[in-house]
Amino acid sequence: MTVQAVAFFLFAGILTLSALMVITARNPVHSVLFLILAFFNAAGLFVLLGAEFIAMILVIVYVGAVAVLFLFVVMMLDISFSDLRKGAMQYVPVGFLIGLVLLSELALLYGAWVSVPEISNNLAAPVSAFAGKTNTESLGLLIYTHYLLAFQCAGLILFVAMVGAIVLTHRVRPGVRKQSVAEQQRRRPEDVLEIKKMTPGAGL
Amino acid sequence: MTDIYTVITDFNLVPLIPEIFMALFAMGLLIVGVSQGNRSTSVICWASVAGLAITALLIMGLDWQHKIILNGMFVFDEFAGFMKLLVLLGLMASLALSVRYLAQEGIERFEYPVLVVMSGVGMMMMLSANNMLTLYVGLELQSLALYVLAAFHRNAVRSAEAGLKYFVLGALSSGMLLFGISLLYGFTGSIDFGAIGASLLAADSISFGPIFALVFIVAGLAFKISAVPFHMWTPDVYQGAPESVTALFAIVPKVAAMGLLMRLLFEPFAAMADQWGQIIYFLSLASMLVGAFGGIAQLSIKRLIAYSSIGNMGYALIGIVAGTPQGAGAVIVYLLIYMIMTAGVFAVILSMRRNGAAVEWIGDLAGLSKSNPVMAYAMAILLFSMAGIPPMAGFFGKILVFQAAVAEGYYVLSVLGVVSSVVAAYYYLRVIKVMFFDEAADPFDGRTPFARRAVLLISTAFVLAFILKPSLIVESAQSAALSLFFG
Amino acid sequence: MAPQDFLIQYLPILIFIAVASAVSAGMIIMSLLAGPAKPDSEKLSAYECGFDAFTDARNKFDVRFYLVTLLFIIFDLEIAFLFPWAISLKEIGLFGFWSMMAFLGVLTVGFVYEWKKGGLEWE
Repeated sequence: MTVQAVAFFLFAGILTLSALMVITARNPVHSVLFLILAFFNAAGLFVLLGAEFIAMILVIVYVGAVAVLFLFVVMMLDISFSDLRKGAMQYVPVGFLIGLVLLSELALLYGAWVSVPEISNNLAAPVSAFAGKTNTESLGLLIYTHYLLAFQCAGLILFVAMVGAIVLTHRVRPGVRKQSVAEQQRRRPEDVLEIKKMTPGAGL
Repeated sequence: MTDIYTVITDFNLVPLIPEIFMALFAMGLLIVGVSQGNRSTSVICWASVAGLAITALLIMGLDWQHKIILNGMFVFDEFAGFMKLLVLLGLMASLALSVRYLAQEGIERFEYPVLVVMSGVGMMMMLSANNMLTLYVGLELQSLALYVLAAFHRNAVRSAEAGLKYFVLGALSSGMLLFGISLLYGFTGSIDFGAIGASLLAADSISFGPIFALVFIVAGLAFKISAVPFHMWTPDVYQGAPESVTALFAIVPKVAAMGLLMRLLFEPFAAMADQWGQIIYFLSLASMLVGAFGGIAQLSIKRLIAYSSIGNMGYALIGIVAGTPQGAGAVIVYLLIYMIMTAGVFAVILSMRRNGAAVEWIGDLAGLSKSNPVMAYAMAILLFSMAGIPPMAGFFGKILVFQAAVAEGYYVLSVLGVVSSVVAAYYYLRVIKVMFFDEAADPFDGRTPFARRAVLLISTAFVLAFILKPSLIVESAQSAALSLFFG
Repeated sequence: MAPQDFLIQYLPILIFIAVASAVSAGMIIMSLLAGPAKPDSEKLSAYECGFDAFTDARNKFDVRFYLVTLLFIIFDLEIAFLFPWAISLKEIGLFGFWSMMAFLGVLTVGFVYEWKKGGLEWE
């Protein structure tokens, strides 16, 4: 138990600190690296909660793909980050106020949290029903059948994302020579070759 | 092996047929488009309009009895059916308006209608959501397509800025919505609307948990309907996005988000009517006032319409505050009339072009009554209607929501609503004054395309003819609203 | 918190993290303490073929790179849905199988689109 508690506080502490560093670091590349650290610690917290599938997805998708994309953008964009930061200080009081409101709300909730008495009947998928199954397997039992509609909608969202990414970024450059195998195969000598009879000494 | 978690007991795809058809249709169009290239854009636009019309017929062909399918994920009832027809109508109008505009602006790309139809699928999901998960994925499907559309004119800085602003604020609102949903899940242990409603009804007292959940969920949705104080993105996005997309934004997504809000408040949150009544009261009042006073100083007609739409959402929310079937019916009628008026106004705005470029200032409309009297008179009728001057349709929309509010004793709200509609009338009348009495500016380019004339004609005719038989629409809207309360 | 016997499986990873952070922190601290450090302005300046740096290292980059990463993320998410499906396929049966086929079908349409559109070509 104590090991779990220590692990929890360690992960939670580093998570909070690195989240703080994400927004305060001077160098944006450092910000992204702290973001990756934050993702790792969040994954650790998910493991402590028993949600190992989510933890692994966090590492694969967020650390492996999203954070790398961020790093890409930050390292390769031609903008001056010190200019961007100018004037950011004037929003600190407002941001601080909103943070304070949220914090006090959370504190209120923590102090007076009650759930409805019939909560155990409401649970769509009580943990006990999946005893003896791994995390990933129990998710698999639900996503594709029980939550069929949401799953298919997720597919449509990815589809729209794909179309959107291409609409916004793909452009055709004119005048680029590409290799087209089919065209090369179709080429016939008569299309490209012209045989001219030359009479010696007459010139062209 | 079968157990209760792997089987869908109420597997029945029939009420989903319109959505499935729409999604498959959009994918088919995408494949056709990519093989034919951008020159097929106008054909694909008209094909999408036809596809949406078929979807509307499919919906009309369904059984409109209350039905919950797929483990309670999806509900189809009279309310959903009626609102879906509204959304489809709006999508068709905005696509019809877009065709020529895309060609004129040189952004004729076949993905445009596909994205519009996909956002339509998302809106239909929202209107049929019976589960927080369906609600969220439907909302995201809708929003994602709209973010891309806002930035569709990607070489224009304004358009890219509009897309980015809309995206960042939309993502923020989604975050708030999710936070609220998770709090609600912690309280009731469920994401199903039926179970949430039953638990909240059975609870002795409402604790902080569900109240905070309610606040966050309503705030998230208020972003989508651009109710004050979550409205700040609206003028910038309306101004920056390509005009045909602005028309879409003004006409359709708000209807869907409003429908979703109504189902959410009247079904699962019915037990918390006292709490959400206060929030919606404030949103409604603030939106009406900001919509009325914010619009006065605007010079751009697009920003003017943005403030007008903020104000109009405020009026529509009055009907929700009333909290009765009468009020809900009034909201539906209001949305229908608002949608049709806005479509007509955008038919005029899209025709504001000089020397091959779009112009957007109100002053550019000067002397329209001389250069194109038909358009000027139609626009004047629509603006009179928006200002709520009898006997146009807009007047009836307002009177219905005010009636519903007065019936429940919300006198202050109704009076302030009337006051702000008088203030707002100023800027509508100003546009009319510019059109009829100001020094004439150069006439607009060329002939107005057929689709724009058709949309303008239909909406003007509707606005004028509504008085002849208001019961036709009002009664079906009332019966649709009743299905929310006694589903 | 999750049950003890579940977390015990992750103990090796925890120990690994502890050892890794101890070793890396030790290296940094030791080199700070033990390494000779005599900085001067020549040592601290950026070395670029003997000149001072002319411009910032950041450049405007072709948007194609972003397209590739975006598409990668989308397919990464698609794959994430395949893992639970693969291990529970025996239990969710034919229904689950066709459910996934419909999902993949939608994404295949998207894939066909981006292929034909030339989104995958590098020119």
